[in-house]
Amino acid sequence: MLRTHKLGEADRIVTFLTHHFGQVRAVAKGVRKTNSRFGARVEPFAHVAVQFHQGRGNLDTVTQVITHDAFGGDISRDYGRYTTGSAMLEIAERLTNHEREPAVDQYMLLLGGLRALSKQEHASGLILDAYLLRSMAVAGWAMAFDDCAKCGVPGPHGAFALSAGGVVCPNCRPAGAANPAPQSLELIGALLSSDWAVADASDERTRREVAGLTAAFAQYHLESGLRSLRLVDRTEQVQEADTPPRGES
Amino acid sequence: MYEGVIQDLIDELGRLPGVGPKGAQRIAFHLLNADSADVKRLADSLIEVKDKVHFCKTCYNVAQAEQCRICADVRRELTAICVVEEPKDVIAVERTREFRGRYHVLGGAINPMEGIGPDDLRIKELMVRLGDDTITEVILAMDPNVEGEATASYLARIIKPMGIKTSRLASGLPVGGDLEYADEITLGRAFEDRRPLDG
Ligand SMILES: [Zn+2]
Ligand SMILES: [Zn+2]
Repeated sequence: MLRTHKLGEADRIVTFLTHHFGQVRAVAKGVRKTNSRFGARVEPFAHVAVQFHQGRGNLDTVTQVITHDAFGGDISRDYGRYTTGSAMLEIAERLTNHEREPAVDQYMLLLGGLRALSKQEHASGLILDAYLLRSMAVAGWAMAFDDCAKCGVPGPHGAFALSAGGVVCPNCRPAGAANPAPQSLELIGALLSSDWAVADASDERTRREVAGLTAAFAQYHLESGLRSLRLVDRTEQVQEADTPPRGES
Repeated sequence: MYEGVIQDLIDELGRLPGVGPKGAQRIAFHLLNADSADVKRLADSLIEVKDKVHFCKTCYNVAQAEQCRICADVRRELTAICVVEEPKDVIAVERTREFRGRYHVLGGAINPMEGIGPDDLRIKELMVRLGDDTITEVILAMDPNVEGEATASYLARIIKPMGIKTSRLASGLPVGGDLEYADEITLGRAFEDRRPLDG
């Protein structure tokens, strides 16, 4: 479940990212009343089985909701996780904005990301950046971190240009290209390929630089900016990295 | 589409929360058929409410003076603050008659997807109030939903270092309903929230 909007006295318009039908918007009736049958299940972050009824209007009606994972509880209990998860939902919403166009890869990425976030499998900031890089790659914007983004000449290269889509060789390097640390490019590669051993071992400064690069990358490619990215709270990162993950068996 | 002023009225009504295009049309024609005196009374109270009602300078509840009647009431305890999202929540808590302290109205909940962060709410103002030593207890009475929970965890995190007792209202259980039919999340929250927060 991506987003909910209040509608009338007690209803909500809910935006879902579904396994088979991409993004679907539907009306959930009466869910804001405390005696609603599935009120608390219709909340952002939740992973649910949902049944729609095709109405006369242009919006379907939600007729049944069964919770698989109430990620919202674990996520909203921690402010850093909440702001991180909100950014993930907004990115997913933006990358799947063609209603009912199947987006299975995006669905699986978001589900995996929210699960990792709610179980604190890794630092929140790393989960967000891995999700962002990979969902952008699925959408056709793969960040180059090794070979030159323009001519494909094998790396490693030191210069980084948003307009080119990642690292560039000395020949392709535009004026004003950035020079991120080699460790940052290594971390980007690890996040893109789910090499969590490398990612988890990264230091705070590298994470900060990668966070800056990925945020700028998303803002550059997604026309109007993402509202939630500037509100992501990364103060928890250090603590989280030092605390062993809980809730894992 | 209707002619000029009627359509203008329908458009204005349609911008109110909870009123859709059909509802706006129904209200507009109700007003057209109503007694002139009734409509004038409605119009007057709309203007009056904007002229006379302000936000309390202490707690940001609605007030007809500089301070709301709760802040101005000397019998209320000075040591406890109940933090809520909206003025209507003050009324809801007052109805329970459980709370004798004062309030602080945030003006909403933290919602990054809508672009609402801590700086967009009256959190700084709350911290100023907590800065003087009279307040020993804060009750967080946000809505029992994801945004409310997250706002409460943010507040608990920044209030904790001040050494003030902080608790989260156990709320959301369906009143008068069968526990059997209470959905799992609401019930879980009510159990979980029965004790004070550590931070
Ligand atoms: Zn090149
Ligand atoms: Zn007041």
